[in-house]
Amino acid sequence: MTNAREVERQLPSQEARDLLALTSDIASRELAPRAAAAEERREFPRDLFGLLGQAGLLGLPYPEEYGGGGQPYEVYLQVVEELSRAWLTVGLGTSVHCLSCHGLATFGSDEQRERWLPDLVGGDLLGAYCLSEPHSGSDAAALRTRAERTADGYRLSGTKAWVTHGGVADFYLVLARTGEDGPKGISAFLVDGGTPGLSGASPERKMGLRSSVTSQVVLDGVEVPVERRLGAEGDGFRVAMAALDAGRLGIAAGAVGVAQAALDVAVEYAGQRTAFGRPIGEFQGVSFLIADAAAGIEAARQLYLAAARRKDGGLPYGRQAAMAKLVATDTCMRVTTDMVQVLGGAGYVEDYPVERYMREAKVLQIVEGTNQIQRMVIARSLIQR
Amino acid sequence: METMNIVVLIKQVPDTWSERKLTDTDHTLDRDAADAVIDEINERAVEEALLLKEAHGGKVTVVSMGPDRATDAIRKALSMGADEAVHISDAALHGSDTIQTAKVLASAIRTIEGVDLVVAGNEATDGRAGAIPAMLAELLGLPQLTHARRVEVEGTEVRVERETEDGITHLAAELPAVVSVGEKINEPRYPSFKGIMAAKKKPVTTLGLGDLGIDPSEVGLAAAFTSVVESAPKPPRGAGERVEDQGDGGVRIVEYLAAQKLV
Repeated sequence: MTNAREVERQLPSQEARDLLALTSDIASRELAPRAAAAEERREFPRDLFGLLGQAGLLGLPYPEEYGGGGQPYEVYLQVVEELSRAWLTVGLGTSVHCLSCHGLATFGSDEQRERWLPDLVGGDLLGAYCLSEPHSGSDAAALRTRAERTADGYRLSGTKAWVTHGGVADFYLVLARTGEDGPKGISAFLVDGGTPGLSGASPERKMGLRSSVTSQVVLDGVEVPVERRLGAEGDGFRVAMAALDAGRLGIAAGAVGVAQAALDVAVEYAGQRTAFGRPIGEFQGVSFLIADAAAGIEAARQLYLAAARRKDGGLPYGRQAAMAKLVATDTCMRVTTDMVQVLGGAGYVEDYPVERYMREAKVLQIVEGTNQIQRMVIARSLIQR
Repeated sequence: METMNIVVLIKQVPDTWSERKLTDTDHTLDRDAADAVIDEINERAVEEALLLKEAHGGKVTVVSMGPDRATDAIRKALSMGADEAVHISDAALHGSDTIQTAKVLASAIRTIEGVDLVVAGNEATDGRAGAIPAMLAELLGLPQLTHARRVEVEGTEVRVERETEDGITHLAAELPAVVSVGEKINEPRYPSFKGIMAAKKKPVTTLGLGDLGIDPSEVGLAAAFTSVVESAPKPPRGAGERVEDQGDGGVRIVEYLAAQKLV
C-alpha cells in the first residue's frame, strides 16, 4: 500500500487542514486496505462507521452545541470526498447519515433537537433516509406509505425502497402520507431502528457499491409518537427536498473522490507500464486521457465547493447543488471509464480497482435524483422565473 | 504516587513514504524536500503516556526540538490528548548532533517541575542514532529503561519489558525515570475532531537557547562532535537475483530468506 497523493486543497482554517489530515490518515490506513476484499464479499463495514463516529466525522456539518463539528459544508464535503476516494461505501454512507440528520437539525423544534440531535450526530448511531418507494422514485411526491393518526401519535404502513443502510440503521427519516395526494399531504418522521413493525428486506444485489447495504424497508403498523414528527403535518416534502439539496452535494463530493481514486491508479500505471520501449504515459493517446480526467475532476471539485460556499453563506443553492451533482457524477463516469482504458486489459480485471470504480460511478448518476431529474431541477429554476 | 507528571519527547521527521535526502551544502537533512510528519514511534510514545495518564491521572507535556514547522507535529500530539507542549526552536540549533540535542532537551525538561517520567521513542526514522534516551537519562541523572514493549507503573516504581535482538529483559526502577518505547508497545489512537479543536487552546511554550541559558556557540553544526563529510544517494535498485527452479526452488527461497534473517 502506498499513501495516496495529497490533493491540493484550499481550506479555510488550521483546524480544517488538521481535520483533512486526520481523514486522509484514517482513509489510507483503515479504509483503503479493506475496500476491495469487502466489496467482493458484500461485507458492510459497520465497525468503520464506529471509528469515524469516535473521531467525530459523522456530525461535522451540525452545530457544536448539539455535539456536532460545527464545520461549513465546504470542509465537511471535502472529508466526504477523501473518504470516498478510499472507499465509496464509507464516504457515501457518511453522506447518507448526515442527510438523515438533516430533517431534525433543520426542521426540528428546539426541544426535539435538544433531545435527539446529540445522539444522531454523536457518532454511535447510523442513520437512513426513506423517501423512494417501489413504484415511486423520481416522482417522490407520489409516495403511498401512510401515517394514520392514533391516540398518541401515528401508525406507519407501507414499503420504502432503495434505502441505504436499510435494516442496519439505528434511526430512519421516513416520509409518509398524512393527508391529500401530492406533495402537500406528506409528513416527516424520525423513527428508531428498533421500533416494532420496522424491518429491512434482503439487501439488493447491486452492480457496485456492494458493501453498502441497500434494501427495502417494510413499515408494518409502526407506532411513532407525535413528538417524533418533524415540522408540521404536510411539511414533509419540504423536509425531504431540503435534505436532498444538501445530500446532492455529498454525492457530488463522493463522485469527485471516486474519480480522483481512478486517476491516482492510472497516473501510477502510466508511469510504470512500458510499451514500444517507453512508459505509456509518454504517448499522447494516454497522456491526454489523463490530462482531461484531471481537468474534469478539478472542475467538478470547484463546482461542488462553489455550491457549498453558497450554502455556507446562507444563499439559495438548490440549482447549484443540482449542477454540481450532475457534472461531478457524469465526470466520474467518464473518468473511470477512461482510466480503465488507460490500464487496458489490466483495467478490466479485478486485480486493479479501476473496474470497481467504474461500476461505482454508475450508481452516482442515479441516486439522490437521477441526472435527468437534476437537469429538470436546473431548467425549472431558470425557466419558471 | 497520586498522579503522574509525564513528559513525552517527539520529533518531526520526513515522511518515510516520501523521498528523503540530505542537502548538498552541509549534508544536513533537507527538510523542504519531503513531507514532514510526527515520527511514528513518537505517536506510540504519546499513546503510552496517555494510557499512563488515564490509569493514574496527571498531565502529559510534549517536548520537541525543531524548526517552526515542528508545530504541526506538536499539534498532532496535543490533538491526541497531550495537555501542553514545550517547543525548543532556535536557528542556532541547525545541524546539532545527538549529544548537543540531548543537552538541549535535558535543559528544557528541567524547566518543567516535578517530572515523574520521560517517555521517548527508541529511535527516530531520520537520524536513527537511537542514542537520545540514554544520553538524556545520563544528563538528567535518571535511570534509563529503553526498548520497552510494555510499561507499568505501580506506586513509585516503573517496570518495563525490554525487547531487543538479545531477548527480553525485565527492568524496574524508582521514578523519576526515562523510558524509551519500541514498535510493539501499542497502537496509537487517532485524534478526534474534538481533540483537534481542543488542541488549539492548549498552551505551547516556545523556548530559544537564551531561555535555556545555552550559549549558541555550544550547539549547531559548527560545534558538533560528529560531521558528515560526504553523502551520496542510494544506488538504484539492481535487477535482483534470478533463480531457476530445478526442483529445489522452495528450499532456495527459504535459504535466501534465512540468509537475510527474514525467517
